[in-house]
Amino acid sequence: MKFSYYPGCTLKTKAKELDAAGRKAAAALGVELEEIENWQCCGAVYPQATDEIATRLSSVRALSAAEEKGQELLTLCSACHHVIKRVNEDMRTNADIRLRANNYLALEKPYTGATNVIHYLEMLRDRVGFDNVKAAVKNPLKGRKIAAYYGCLLLRPSKVMAMDDPENPSILEDFIKAIGATPVIYSQRNECCGGYIALDDKAAAQKRVDAIISGAVAAGADTIVTACPLCMYNLDANATKHVLPVQYFTSLLAEALGIVE
Amino acid sequence: MSGNICTEDILRISGVNPRKCMQCGKCSGTCPNFDEMEYHPHQFVSMVRKGQIDKLAASKSIYKCLSCFACVERCPRNVEPAKLIEAVRLAVIRQQGMDYMRPDDIPALLDDKLPQQAIVSAMRKYRK
Repeated sequence: MKFSYYPGCTLKTKAKELDAAGRKAAAALGVELEEIENWQCCGAVYPQATDEIATRLSSVRALSAAEEKGQELLTLCSACHHVIKRVNEDMRTNADIRLRANNYLALEKPYTGATNVIHYLEMLRDRVGFDNVKAAVKNPLKGRKIAAYYGCLLLRPSKVMAMDDPENPSILEDFIKAIGATPVIYSQRNECCGGYIALDDKAAAQKRVDAIISGAVAAGADTIVTACPLCMYNLDANATKHVLPVQYFTSLLAEALGIVE
Repeated sequence: MSGNICTEDILRISGVNPRKCMQCGKCSGTCPNFDEMEYHPHQFVSMVRKGQIDKLAASKSIYKCLSCFACVERCPRNVEPAKLIEAVRLAVIRQQGMDYMRPDDIPALLDDKLPQQAIVSAMRKYRK
């Protein structure tokens, strides 16, 4: 099983662990990740405006590179996944954006949205299968109570992201069960942590983080798990009431698969 | 500084039709950053419909949206309020000298763990 892999800017710097654990775990599960050559940063936020073309181009380049290889494009960072998946939908359904992006890029073959964008978690669920993940676990995380933090970017808007039920998701909880731990359900798991506003309005971000962490702590969690480097930073740096260890889901997966760092 | 932004600009940039709104208030009810806003998501919809762009453009509320798409997901009429907030903010920062944050502001805001993603987001959201 082979995928075009888009790591993104933060996985090469502050979130190296998300990337390294993800790569090792994929290899252990028989999944080959071919990093896209010369990929560019996706821009981290999806350009909602209909007239923003330049800010969509790096995603289109990555999508086109995956199409050339005839591979699905696999993402790991929640923000990259959100941006690239939505730009892909624009290229597929919005004739004006498609025309202008292609006029600008002048690719050998115009890109029309043919690539399928798949998140690492979806790869585990839909391509490998959580049963097979479970079978590959050598070090089940027994006794661990883990709160799944979806945040905003993986699930919404659900018509485009189509990962899971946007209001009652289960993919992360099913993942937690597959690695032998117990998922903890709490109220704010699919509400935003205010990550990107943390730079401009730290107090607002702290309020969001405290609401999320308090909920997870009250439900008995010993760890909160995320796929997003910005959530990771924010849930860790801007918690003022409770401290709860924050981990990347790939770190837990690598631990459960018995991959020694 | 915002007096030259017209309603048509906002409708064109956002692609939103505020007349689809039935004023149920669900967008503001579900907004996780409601408390920080002077004008709330449902007010962006009604004020754009009424052409009150100047008030929105002059308000700090345009920098308070978290872009979490809770309002977009939960709107029963598919109005997509977040796109209106984004459009007003863009119409403001696309003007000469109206950047809300500049690269020179970043070093003072850095800490050891801050991910690149946060800086990239800020430069996409706050300046042109």
